[in-house]
Amino acid sequence: MADQTPSPETLTQVEYRPRAKNWLDPHVEFRRGTFCYSALPKSLKALDLPNPREWQPFHRDWKLPPDWKAIILEGMKDRLDRFRSFRLFMDICVRCGACADKCHFYLGSGDPKNMPVVRAELIRSVYRRYFTTAGRLFGEAVGARELTEDVLKEWFYYFYQCTECRRCSVFCPYGIDTAEVTMIGRELLNLVGCNINWVLEPVANCFRTGNHLGVQPHGFKDSIDFAVDELEEITGVRIEAPINKKGAEILFVVPSADYFASPHYYTLLGYLLLFHEIGLDYTFSAFASEGGNFGLFTSHEMIKRLNAKIYAEAKRLGVKWILGGECGHMWRVLHQYMDTMNGPADFLEVPVSPVTGTRFDNTASTRMVHICEFTADLVRHNRLRLDPTRNDKWRVTFHDSCNPARAMGLLEEPRYLIRATCRHFHEMPENTIREQTFCCGSGSGLGTDENLEMRLRGGFPRANAVRYVHERHGVNLLACICAIDKATLPPLLEYWVPGVEVAGIHELVGNALIVKGGRERTTDLRGDPFEREAPAAEEEPVHA
Amino acid sequence: MNALLSLVAVSILVALAWVGGSVASLRSVFGIVVPAAAVAIFVVGLAARVTRWALTPVPFRIPTTCGQQRTLPWIKASWIESPWTRAGVVVRMALEVLLFRSLFRNTQAAMTAEPIPAAGQDAHGAAPAARGLRRLVYGEEKWLWLAALAFHWSFLVVLLRHLRFVVEPPPAWVDAIAAVDGFFQVGVPVLYMTDVLLLAALGYLLLRRLVDARIRYLSLLQDYFALYLLIGLVGSGVLMRYFVRPDVVAIKELALGLVTFAPVVPATVSPFFFVHLTLVSVLLAYFPFSKLVHMAGVFLSPTRNLANTNRMRRHVNPWNYPVKVHTYEEWEDEFRDKIKAAGLPLEKA
Amino acid sequence: MRDRYVILAALVLFFVLVTAPVWYARAAGEKAGGPDVKLPTQEKACVMPVDYMRTSHMDLLISWRERVVRENIRTWTAPDGTVYTVSLSGTCLKCHTNKAEFCDRCHDYAGVTPYCWDCHVDPAAIARSRP
Repeated sequence: MADQTPSPETLTQVEYRPRAKNWLDPHVEFRRGTFCYSALPKSLKALDLPNPREWQPFHRDWKLPPDWKAIILEGMKDRLDRFRSFRLFMDICVRCGACADKCHFYLGSGDPKNMPVVRAELIRSVYRRYFTTAGRLFGEAVGARELTEDVLKEWFYYFYQCTECRRCSVFCPYGIDTAEVTMIGRELLNLVGCNINWVLEPVANCFRTGNHLGVQPHGFKDSIDFAVDELEEITGVRIEAPINKKGAEILFVVPSADYFASPHYYTLLGYLLLFHEIGLDYTFSAFASEGGNFGLFTSHEMIKRLNAKIYAEAKRLGVKWILGGECGHMWRVLHQYMDTMNGPADFLEVPVSPVTGTRFDNTASTRMVHICEFTADLVRHNRLRLDPTRNDKWRVTFHDSCNPARAMGLLEEPRYLIRATCRHFHEMPENTIREQTFCCGSGSGLGTDENLEMRLRGGFPRANAVRYVHERHGVNLLACICAIDKATLPPLLEYWVPGVEVAGIHELVGNALIVKGGRERTTDLRGDPFEREAPAAEEEPVHA
Repeated sequence: MNALLSLVAVSILVALAWVGGSVASLRSVFGIVVPAAAVAIFVVGLAARVTRWALTPVPFRIPTTCGQQRTLPWIKASWIESPWTRAGVVVRMALEVLLFRSLFRNTQAAMTAEPIPAAGQDAHGAAPAARGLRRLVYGEEKWLWLAALAFHWSFLVVLLRHLRFVVEPPPAWVDAIAAVDGFFQVGVPVLYMTDVLLLAALGYLLLRRLVDARIRYLSLLQDYFALYLLIGLVGSGVLMRYFVRPDVVAIKELALGLVTFAPVVPATVSPFFFVHLTLVSVLLAYFPFSKLVHMAGVFLSPTRNLANTNRMRRHVNPWNYPVKVHTYEEWEDEFRDKIKAAGLPLEKA
Repeated sequence: MRDRYVILAALVLFFVLVTAPVWYARAAGEKAGGPDVKLPTQEKACVMPVDYMRTSHMDLLISWRERVVRENIRTWTAPDGTVYTVSLSGTCLKCHTNKAEFCDRCHDYAGVTPYCWDCHVDPAAIARSRP
C-alpha cells in the first residue's frame, strides 16, 4: 500500500447526495489514485492503433488528432448502425434511477457520474446533440451536449472507471447494459488514441507472444516445468504437462496469470494434479497461452484479433475439443463472442469427458468446456477421491466473478466443487452473490497501482460483504474463478478485511485430491501443513 | 429548473388547448386536425423508430444471465432467468414486460455504522472484533416497482375503458372492465380505482424526482415533461369525470366522427375536453421521439430477449469482417530459436 | 439473427390493434352522430334546465335518493319554486315514459351502466310484459 492511500475509515465517508445540480458540466479532475496512465506509443504501434504518442490524462494537451471530433462522431454513427444494443440503449433509458446504487464504483466513491445511468448519459448526451432533432434544437436544455475535449476527457475518466461487470443490467427494467455502453465508449476513445497502458500493453504482448504477460515460448515451458517440479515436491508424484503436443485429445487454455502469479499458481498446480490423476490426454499451447482477452476492454475488433489463436491452435494441434481454466472475462469472450467471431469450430468435436463419457451438449457449437463444469462432472460420477478435511483450515466463501455469473450463468458448478472439497462454506449475503455479485473493483483492465484508491473504493462493496462473513463466521478464504480477482482481491481484502486469503477453486480441489501413488501428503498446494479438525467437529459441515 | 421549465411547457399547452376549445374558429383545429395529426405522427414516428432498430443488427448474443446456465443434467438450471429455450425467453420477456421483473429486484444501499450481527454460534469464535468501520447494507425498495406497475397497468385499463367513446355500441367487455374498475361504487359517477392509482403513482414518480437529490440530479427536462403531461392528461380526465361534467354524448359524437372519418365538433363540447384531447395528442406525437419508446424498445433489448445458448448454437454476426491476426507461423518464425532451445515441437524445423 | 421480420410483423399487429376502432367502424358500418333519444312529447320543461340535466342528472338523482332513503323527505323544491315528489319511477318516468328509448339509448351510447335499476323498476315495462 502506498503511503498516500487514505485509511479505510476515510474511504467509507462516502456521501450519496450529489453536490452538483446536474451532470452537464464535463470538467474532470484527474486526481492521483483515481485514474489509469495512458498507453505507451510502442503498444499502439505494435497493434497499428491510431495516434500513438506520449501523453498523460492529467496533461492539459492530449495531443488529439486535428479531426478528432469528426472521427468520434463518425465512429458513433458507424456503431449506432452496427450494434442494436448501442442504438437501443441510447434511445430507451427513462432515467428511473434503479441502477444508481447498484454500481460498486458509485457505492464506493459517491461520485454521481458513476451512477450507471449517468455514465451512459455522458455518451447519450452527445448522441442527442448530433443524432436527434430535439438535441440539435434545444441543446443543453434537453441534456444534449457539444462534443468538446472536456467531454472526451470525461468519457476517458468514467469509461475507465467502469469494470463492465453488468450488475446494473440485472436491475434495469429494459436490461440496459452499461458494459455495452462502456465497451463502445472505449472503442470510440481508442479511435483517437486515448487508451490506458494497463490494457494496451497486455494486448500488445498478447498479440505478439500469445499472452498478456509477454511470456515467450521458452518462458512458458519453464513456468510449467517449474510447476511440475513443485508438484513432485508436494506430492511425490512426477507428472507430465505436455505443451504444443499434436494429436492430444484436449487443448487446455488458461489465463496467463495462472502460470505466473500468485495465488493463481496454486490453481495451476490443482489443474495439473487433477489431469494427472484422471490421465487426461491434453496439451497446453505456448501460443494460445492466454485465455484472457484484454481486447474485450479495447474494442470488438481487438477481441477477435486476440481470440483467433485459440481455434487456430486447436485446429493446428488437431485436438478434439478445448478446455478452459478459471478466468472471468476470458469466459465472457469464450461464451459470448468466440464462436460468433472466429467460429464455426466445425473441425472440433462436441466435447465428451474421456473419464465419465458425459457429453457436454451445452457447448455443442463452441466446443469449449469450463474446467468447473468438467470437474463437477468428475466429482458427480465419483471419479475423484477427495479428502475435504485437508481444507479444514479454510472457512470458505465464494465470490461469483462478474462475467461467469452475469454473462454465462456459471453459479452452481463452483459451489458444488467447494462443498465437495471443503467442510466450511458460508455464503455472503444474497444481494452480493450470484447474479447480484459485486465486482472486485479492478476488472476490465483497471487493476493498476496508480488507480489504487479507485480500486479500493470500487472493491469496497465486495469487501464489505466479505467482512460480513468474516466477522460472523470467521471466513478466512475467498474462493473465486477469475484471474483478475486472484490478482486484485488479495490487496483489496488486506486493506478492508485483513485475514482473508484468496484461492481458486482448483486449488481447493488440488488440496483435497488423493492421488494414486506418491507419498502421504502433509501439506497443501501452498506448502503449508494441513490442519485437520477432529472428525466430530463442533460445527456441522455447512451446506449454505 | 428542469422541473419548472417543463411545468411551464405543459401549462402553455393547457392554455393553448383551452383557447382552442373556446374560440369558435379554432375548435375544429383542436378538435379534429390536432388529434388526427397526432395519430399520424405516432404511427409514422413509431414505425420509423422501430424499423430503425429492427434493421440494426444484433452482432453478438449478449444475454445478461440472472440464473444458473443449462449445463449438466443434474444441475438445476434456471429456465427463466437464464433461458435456453424459446419458451424460457418468452416467459422471461413476459415477466419483464408484464410484471417488471428486473425492477422488482431493486434494493436501496445505505451506509451504516451499526456492527455486524453476531452469528448464532461460531465454532471457532475466530471472528475478530469489528473495527468500527462503516458498512453497506441493502434494504428492500419496492416502491418504484409498485408505482411503475400501478401506473402502467392503470393506464392500460383506462385506455381500454376509453374504447366506449370510439366504438358504437361499446363492447360488453369494455363495460365489464369499467364495472370491475368501479367495483366499490363510491360516488356518482362511480369512482374508478385506476383513476386513483394513476394519480397516486404519477404523484409518487414526480415526487421522487423532485425530492430525492440523486434522482433530481439525473432528471432531465423531458423526464419532468412526460410526467407533467401525463398528470395533466389524467387530471383533466378525472376533473371531467367527477367534477366539471362535460356533455359525454357530444364528446362521443366528436370521437366517433374521428374514427369514421366524418369529423364533427358538437357545440356542447366544453373547452375542458379540448385540454384533455390536446394533451393526449401531444403525448401521442411526442411518444416516438422520446424516452417513452421504451414501450417498444423493451421487447428488443438483447440482454433480455436472447437465450443463453451461446455455446450450444452459433450466433451469426452479419458484419463479421476479417481482422488482422497474428498467425502461428509468424509466431513460430519470431521465436524459432527459443522454441527449439526449449525443446518444443516446431512446424518447420 | 434475422429477427427483423418478427419485429416488423409485431409492429404491424400493434398498429392494427391501436387503430382497431377505425377498422371496426368500417366493418360495422358505424355512423358518426349521437343517440336517437325519444323526448317526452307533452312536457316542455324538466325539473332543472336541460343543460344541467344532460350532464349532471345523476347528481340530482343521487341527492333525491339520499333525501328519501336517509332523511325521509319526500318532496323537493326546484329553483323555480315548483315542488316535486321525489320519485324516480313516479316523477321522472311520468314524463320520460319509455326508459328504453330515453335512459338506455344515451347510457348505452356512452357505455354507462348506472345501478339505478338494480333496485328500481320501470313500471311501463312491467305493464307491457303483463298479458
